[in-house]
Amino acid sequence: MLCQECGVKPATLHFTKIVNGEKTEFHICESCAREKGELIPGTAGGFSIHSLLSGLLDLESAGKGKSEAAQTVQGLHCENCGMTYSQFSKLGRFGCSSCYKYFDSTLDPLFRRVHGSTAHVGKLPKRAGAQIMCKRQIDELKQELQQSIMQEEFETAAELRDRIRKLEKEMPQE
Amino acid sequence: MSSLRFTEQALSDWMRCGGSHSEIVISSRMRIARNLEHLPFPLLASAEQSEEVLEQLAPVFQGEASADFGNFQLLRLDELDELDKKVLVEKHLISPNLADDSKGGAVILNEDESVSIMINEEDHLRIQCLFPGLQVREAWVRATAIDDIFEAAVNYAFDDRRGYLTSCPTNVGTGLRASVMVHLPALVMTHQINRILSAVNQVGLTVRGIYGEGSEAVGNIFQISNQITLGQTESEIIENLHSVVTQIIEHERNARERLLVDSALRITDRIKRSYGILAYAAVMELKESAQRLSDLRLGVDLGILEGPSISVLNELNVKTQPGFLQKLFGDELSSTERDMYRAKLLRETLGSQH
Repeated sequence: MLCQECGVKPATLHFTKIVNGEKTEFHICESCAREKGELIPGTAGGFSIHSLLSGLLDLESAGKGKSEAAQTVQGLHCENCGMTYSQFSKLGRFGCSSCYKYFDSTLDPLFRRVHGSTAHVGKLPKRAGAQIMCKRQIDELKQELQQSIMQEEFETAAELRDRIRKLEKEMPQE
Repeated sequence: MSSLRFTEQALSDWMRCGGSHSEIVISSRMRIARNLEHLPFPLLASAEQSEEVLEQLAPVFQGEASADFGNFQLLRLDELDELDKKVLVEKHLISPNLADDSKGGAVILNEDESVSIMINEEDHLRIQCLFPGLQVREAWVRATAIDDIFEAAVNYAFDDRRGYLTSCPTNVGTGLRASVMVHLPALVMTHQINRILSAVNQVGLTVRGIYGEGSEAVGNIFQISNQITLGQTESEIIENLHSVVTQIIEHERNARERLLVDSALRITDRIKRSYGILAYAAVMELKESAQRLSDLRLGVDLGILEGPSISVLNELNVKTQPGFLQKLFGDELSSTERDMYRAKLLRETLGSQH
């Protein structure tokens, strides 16, 4: 089969595009595909991660149909940079860091799909992260405290309790 | 021709030393994505806001704090000509994205080019560290130290629950993309590569070609990197990548040994033919030169060829790219002329070593 664009080279890419439920089949050669910026899986210029994400986000609203929930989601917008949820779902990218706050209600399913997880457990910035680091430490100590109580190691428990109190007092305020 | 140091040499200084497993692993790269608080991401930032980002970030790495990592020089993308940008992309010092859309875009490079700090790419700040061979842990230590220097000077966009906030949801959390460039000719020749690559995908890693060429990796070179950035610590990401790559190296080693045992004559013939063609051809397309250079690399490692050195081959991989050829032989080359000059360059480099 020859490329439907140039009609010269053999078509090496065959794919179906579905836009608003309408199916279109494509048979094109690689150079035409690249020139047109068509969707080629795995290439930089073509099928980008952003288009894939936007597919995921669209799926999100498509699944809910025209329900009230979907309309509420579509009505979301970031008050800091002005990006709307529908722009976000088209671009697959946030406009500013506040978008995370304004679109928060929609993000858990997306992050679960992309990362299999919704919460950060890695590095913390030293300054802004001091409080978070302290909180994490307190949480860990509290778990240890529970364990030592269950195992009736009361001396250790008392020690842990004092460390927790000290940390709570020292915790930097926002 | 510009007098820019970074675009004159094909090979960054860091590429000249091998690093561990350098017969299979070409390089290890860490990239950390960060953004400043309050300012919109580059996607939406106005020209003034992009300048503001640059003004906040640029001085950090020209002060004393950064002296441990070498002398740094800032290049503004709008002051570079198209060809220089192309060459910086071919050397992996900037991303194609930064070269194309340079609103307030800049890169800060140290002299051996092992650290490249991109400003106003997809995120405000992208710290990249490149090491030769398999050195993901070492590259992370350096990248995180550079991150700390920036963090001490500016306020990052960070959220208690989501971690470092990035423009693309695929980078949120750690903002870390750790990747390793590997040369796997024996796994390709023995048709084991697809099985291995799909196994790699199942453990949260992803594989790409070196210049984003898609599933068909040019010259049997693949880039393996982490896919997940949220819900794993940096050390988990790095150890996972390190362990998977170590296993792939083992498989490639075994496949190379088997090739030598089962089809020594065929493989020797293939490698020597490739040497002959590279040393004498008059016209050479990029895809063929990448494939034949891969054969040479394998030949050197298997002891079938005595020369050229891996460093010369690394250099040729970069010099045979379109941007570099234009840099060497003239700005406006047609694709036929490029193929001709590519062949000339290969002849001159490899032909003389007979």
